[in-house]
Amino acid sequence: MYLYDEIDQTLVDERVVQFRDQVSRRMSGELSEDEFKPLRLMNGVYLQLHAYMLRVAIPYGTLSSEQMRKLAWIAKKYDRGYGHFTTRQNLQYNWPKLEDLPDILAELAGVQMHALQTSGNCIRNVTADQYAGVAADEVADPRVYAEVIRQWSTLHPEFSFLPRKFKIAVTGSQNDRAAVKVHDIGLIVKRNLAGELGFEVIVGGGLGRTPFVGPTIREFLPERHLLSYLEAVLRVYNMLGRRDNMYKARIKIQVHETGAEEFTRLVEAEWDQIRDSAVDLPAGEKERIASYFVPPRYEMSSDAEDVLARHKREDAEFTRWVDTNVFAHKAGGYAIANISLKPIGGVPGDATSEQMEAVAALADRFSYSEVRVTHEQNLVLPHVRKDNLFALWQTLKSYDLDTPNLGRVSDMIACPGMDYCSLANARSIPVAQAISERFADLDRQHDIGELKLKISGCINACGHHHAGHIGILGVDRKGEEYYQITLGGSGAEDASIGEIVGPAFAYDAVVDAVETLVDTYLAIRADGERFLDTYRRVGKDPFKEALYGAA
Amino acid sequence: MTQQVISANRLSDGLVVYLASDDSWSEWISRSEIATDEAAAEGLLARAKWAEENRIVVDTYLVHVAEYDGEVRPTKYREFIRATGPSVRPDLSKQNYVRAAKG
Repeated sequence: MYLYDEIDQTLVDERVVQFRDQVSRRMSGELSEDEFKPLRLMNGVYLQLHAYMLRVAIPYGTLSSEQMRKLAWIAKKYDRGYGHFTTRQNLQYNWPKLEDLPDILAELAGVQMHALQTSGNCIRNVTADQYAGVAADEVADPRVYAEVIRQWSTLHPEFSFLPRKFKIAVTGSQNDRAAVKVHDIGLIVKRNLAGELGFEVIVGGGLGRTPFVGPTIREFLPERHLLSYLEAVLRVYNMLGRRDNMYKARIKIQVHETGAEEFTRLVEAEWDQIRDSAVDLPAGEKERIASYFVPPRYEMSSDAEDVLARHKREDAEFTRWVDTNVFAHKAGGYAIANISLKPIGGVPGDATSEQMEAVAALADRFSYSEVRVTHEQNLVLPHVRKDNLFALWQTLKSYDLDTPNLGRVSDMIACPGMDYCSLANARSIPVAQAISERFADLDRQHDIGELKLKISGCINACGHHHAGHIGILGVDRKGEEYYQITLGGSGAEDASIGEIVGPAFAYDAVVDAVETLVDTYLAIRADGERFLDTYRRVGKDPFKEALYGAA
Repeated sequence: MTQQVISANRLSDGLVVYLASDDSWSEWISRSEIATDEAAAEGLLARAKWAEENRIVVDTYLVHVAEYDGEVRPTKYREFIRATGPSVRPDLSKQNYVRAAKG
C-alpha cells in the first residue's frame, strides 16, 4: 500500500487544524452558514436528511486493516455503530456531530485518511478495479496510476473550481470492474504491439440526469504522458464547460455537444502545448510509487489446492460461497475473496463496527492486512491462500458476512435514497430489501445467474440504475413513491445505458415487476445466456408484454 | 385549514428539530408549535430566523402537518422520515434511539 510521505501527512494534518478553526468560528458566529457551508463541503461534511454526513475518501478502494479498524472505531465512538460503503468506494457516516468532526478528521489523519475532494467541483477521489494488483486477468496494476493521479489532483489549484465534479476511474483489465466507461474519464491500462504500457482514454461517460457511455478519444496513450494528457482534457473542459447551467455542466454534455471528434482535436491541440513540459512524472517517480504496490511475499503451500478441494467436498455451503464469491488470483495457490455486504434483507453497503473490526482482523490473519472496497458496495480480501478460505468463511459466517451472492440478483447496488438523502425522491433501501427477500432462495438466485440490479432514489443516479441489467429509478408522483424500470444497461466492458421499459410502478408493485422480468428471462433464455444477453437478443418487447400485457 | 410547523437541523449536532411554543427546539414534532394561518406561519418563520442568526439551528423551513389519530404528522412522506428516522432502521427511529440515548 502507498504510505504518506511528509508532504501528504503535513497536508492532511494542516487541513484538520484549519477545519477545527473553521468549526469553532462557525460556532462562535464569526462565520455564517453561507460562509461555512463551502468550507465544510471541502472536508466531506454534508447536511443530509437527518443529520450531518461525513464522506471519507478511500483512494481507489484500498484500505489497510489499521485504517478499517479506525473506521470501525469512529463509527462506534462518534456515530451510531455503522457506516455505509458507497458506489464511489468511499465510506459515509450518517450521524456525526459537527462539534465532533474536527476530532474525527484528526483520527482519520492519524491513519493517513481524510475527506478531501469527496465533494465540490473538483477532481474527486479516484476509483479503480477492486482486484487491482491481484487479478489474474490484469495487464498492470491500476493502483500505481490511480495514486499518481491522486497526488497530481490533490488540491490542484487549476482544477479546484471546475464547471462541475469530475470522476476518474482506472482499470488494468479488459474485464471492467470499475465502470470506466461511465466516468468523466475512464482509463484502461493496456499494452501496444511493441509491448509498451499505456492507456485507452475514454472521456465523457456518466450516469445521472443525462447518461452516456463515454467515447474513446485515444486508443493508446503512452504511459509517460498520463498526466499531461489528463491535464489537457481538464483544461479543455475547464475552459469550455457549461458553467451557466448546472445540469449541462458535466464534461459528458460538452463531449456530446461538441462531438467526440472535435473534442478530441481540442484535447490533442492543448496536449501539443504541454506534452513535453514538466507536467508529466519525472524519471523514477513512477517506479518510486510502484514500489509501494509490490505484491506481498506470498507464502506458498504445496497442498493449498488439495486442502481447498477437500473442504469443498466436505461442505456444500462452503462450496457455493467459493464458487460464487471467490475470484482467480494471479499467484498460484492464492485467491481473491469477496465479502458480500448484501445479506438477504440487509441494507446494501452497510457494515457495523463489529463487522468492520472482524474484516480488519481477518485481513491481518489471512490477507496481508489488506482490504478493498468495491464500487458494487462489497469488500474484498485480496490475498487469501486457498487452504485458508475455509477458516475465513467460517468466521465470516459468524458475522453474517458470508452471503454467497456476488453478481446475483440480491447483490444489488442501492443508494441511500430517501431514508437518508436530502436529494432523493423515493426510498431505495426498502425496495432493495424486499427484492432480496423475494429472491432469498439461493438455489433460485444461482439458477438465474449473473444479474446486476441497481437502484437509485433520484435522477442523480448514485445507484447506477442506468448501468443495471435491471435498473430501478425512484420518482415522486404527487407525493407518492413510484419506480421506473430500465432494462439492458451495463457498467462493464460491454457498457450500455438501460432503456425504460414502460410506465412506472407503485412502491407495492415493484418487487412483483422484477419477479415478472426474471421469470420472463428464465422462460426464454438460451443456454448460457445471462439476463443481459437474453435482453440484447430479444429486445424489450417480451419483457414489456409480460409486465403490461399485449399492446 | 392548513397546519404548519417549523423544522430545522440543530447546528451543533445536525439533528432534525422542531420549534416549540417556548422557543426551544425539540427533536419531537409533537412538541412543535402549529401555525394554522399564514400570519402565524410568518411569525414562526421570523422566530426561526432569529434562531438561525443565533446559531442554534440551520436550514429552517415550514412543514405541512396534519393530525392522524390525535398525532401530529407531516403530510409529506419525506418529512415523515425526517420526523421519525430512517424507515429501514427502526432501531434508529427517534422513538427508540433518542429515548435509549437519554436513558
